Amino acid sequence: MPQLFPRSANTLARLSIVLGAVIAGGVLLFILNFNRTPYVTQAFIAREQPVQFSHKHHVGDDGIDCRYCHTTVEQTASAGLPATKTCMNCHSQLFANVPYLEIVRESWRSGKPIKWTRVHDLPDFAYFNHSIHVNKGVGCSTCHGRVDLMPLMWNTQSLQMEWCLSCHRNPEPILREQSDITKMDWEAPADQAVRGRELAKKYNIQSTQVLTSCSTCHR
Amino acid sequence: MAEATKNKGYVDPRPPVIGPGYDFNSLTNKIADIVFMRHFQKGWLFGLAVAFLGALMLFNTIGYLVLKGVGIWGNSVPVGWAFDIINFVWWIGIGHAGTLISAVLLLLRQSWRNSINRFAEAMTLFAVACAGLFPALHTGRPWVDYWLFPYPNTMGMWPNFRSPLMWDVFAVSTYATVSALFWYIGLIPDLATMRDSAKEKWQRMIFGMLAMGWRGDARHWHRYESAYLLLAGLSTPLVLSVHSIVSFDFAVGIIPGWHTTVFPPYFVAGAIYAGFAMVLTIGIPVRKFYHLEDLITMRHIRNMSKVMLATGLIVGYGYLMELFISWYSGNTYEMFMMKNRMFGPYGYMYWLLILCNIIVPQVLWIKKYRENLKIVFLVSMFINVGMWLERFVIIVMSLNRDFLPSSWRMYKPTVFDFSMFFGTIGFFLTLMFLFIRFVPMIPIFEMKALLPQSKVEEKREEAVEGSLPGGVAPQFGD
Repeated sequence: MPQLFPRSANTLARLSIVLGAVIAGGVLLFILNFNRTPYVTQAFIAREQPVQFSHKHHVGDDGIDCRYCHTTVEQTASAGLPATKTCMNCHSQLFANVPYLEIVRESWRSGKPIKWTRVHDLPDFAYFNHSIHVNKGVGCSTCHGRVDLMPLMWNTQSLQMEWCLSCHRNPEPILREQSDITKMDWEAPADQAVRGRELAKKYNIQSTQVLTSCSTCHR
Repeated sequence: MAEATKNKGYVDPRPPVIGPGYDFNSLTNKIADIVFMRHFQKGWLFGLAVAFLGALMLFNTIGYLVLKGVGIWGNSVPVGWAFDIINFVWWIGIGHAGTLISAVLLLLRQSWRNSINRFAEAMTLFAVACAGLFPALHTGRPWVDYWLFPYPNTMGMWPNFRSPLMWDVFAVSTYATVSALFWYIGLIPDLATMRDSAKEKWQRMIFGMLAMGWRGDARHWHRYESAYLLLAGLSTPLVLSVHSIVSFDFAVGIIPGWHTTVFPPYFVAGAIYAGFAMVLTIGIPVRKFYHLEDLITMRHIRNMSKVMLATGLIVGYGYLMELFISWYSGNTYEMFMMKNRMFGPYGYMYWLLILCNIIVPQVLWIKKYRENLKIVFLVSMFINVGMWLERFVIIVMSLNRDFLPSSWRMYKPTVFDFSMFFGTIGFFLTLMFLFIRFVPMIPIFEMKALLPQSKVEEKREEAVEGSLPGGVAPQFGD
């Protein structure tokens, strides 16, 4: 009986073992990394808005405090999106006639809010509360990045659970004084290791067990 | 058994494990011809069609389940586990006979296992496939079932390693992997035999690829034997561990009727009990249909009946212990659970269970009945039903009346519970039908080792050259 397979079949068979392992491992590695890319998380991708509102201009150039517009950030779960009235505080006088802001004026006349596109959108099963974070020393820029440098808004973080947990497991390195909360260019001082511990004590931050308990964020 | 050659003059009083009048060639043909048959027999086609209808019913139910969610089942608080988990445990249990026959009996040098091991292993694989479906679908979101495995996910979380449900994932996936490997490695020499006896080129190509270059070389046999023994060693603890871990799903919980230390051994015995019942349920008709009476002899049937009798008694001991402990514990809830189990609204299920699992199998004590195929078949059917009832009794009846009378509620299965359960039986039988038609269902080379010819050392070489493409297997029994 003639040989069924050519001699090269032996090499192919051996190679297929290696190739199989490499391909399976490669695919797994690819999927794991792909799920963390901005393509999936939308990090660093600027969103179009009905009005091209620039945080860079309002925060960076004008120096308006975050809380001037996001008024409820210290008291409630939502930081609060400003009503058109807040815009009109200034824009009834400044740039009052530029066509660019017609949408804002139209909203003011009709009383219909502007439909902003949400940039930082957490899943509905995560019960996120702004006030607790702000009051316990987590600054705006820790999660939102350097908003004062963003012409259009984008998120600088993945907003994935592993990112949430990275602080909930070890909050001390990012804690700051209440006076620094809205400071955009805050950077951890050299002695943050000591300060963080003191601040955690001062803010009465709960143990990691409490911070990472399921029902802390999922109720 | 080769005592006859070892101890000269001693005659084994037991009937041989293989019928008379076979040589290497006729044995190969007997088994391989089922695969190489040019046509499909009417009975096989009809059986496959019926089984496949069942499988289709399963696929449709799964489709509807994924669309609508687990609400289509009858599960509802407090009975959160019902048919899904009952069927899971039932199927996993059935798989155990395959591993026991192929691994434990191999290590114990029970050569009668040779004709039924492949068949039982295939049964294990298919049963595990059916079993795996249930917990996977019972999660409610089967598309994220990969969360069950520990991998560096974007949630920054590991599964809860302290949960027996997690251990289940490992136990069942290890079991499936090792069983598949064991089955396949055992098949390789036979695939080579099939390759060499196939007539068509495409058949030779397929069997050739699957045989992975097996030539029946002495080195091949040497490695094969080491690998097979190693895998048998690996599988042996699995016979005990898998169902122990399945029993932890219950025993680690605090529900009365679940929280029992007797569960692991009692579940393992029950699994082997159920497994042998299923081997007989399928083996008896297959043996008749394919005229394999010479290869699966009455001695096999009798031995399996005895295993069933023994494991059945262990299961009976388990039932007695549950009864005793619920009284001995002095715990109100335990005692209530037992009373509810026997005389509550589902009480008839308990008595049916006792009938199926404890009373009926006692006929196997009588030799005459052990040799009567109809009775053995009937008893194994009773055990199949009984083992399903056992899981119903444990799971549903412990849950439906728990600590708080205000939350008590009767459980009613829906039509989808039944269509899924019977659907998996159809799916299982479909795979079984395909297996017996397309794969040599009895290990050819292991059977050859049982032939008297292979016991004669001087003649072995001749025999190899004469008729044996695959070569003669070294004997496990010696």
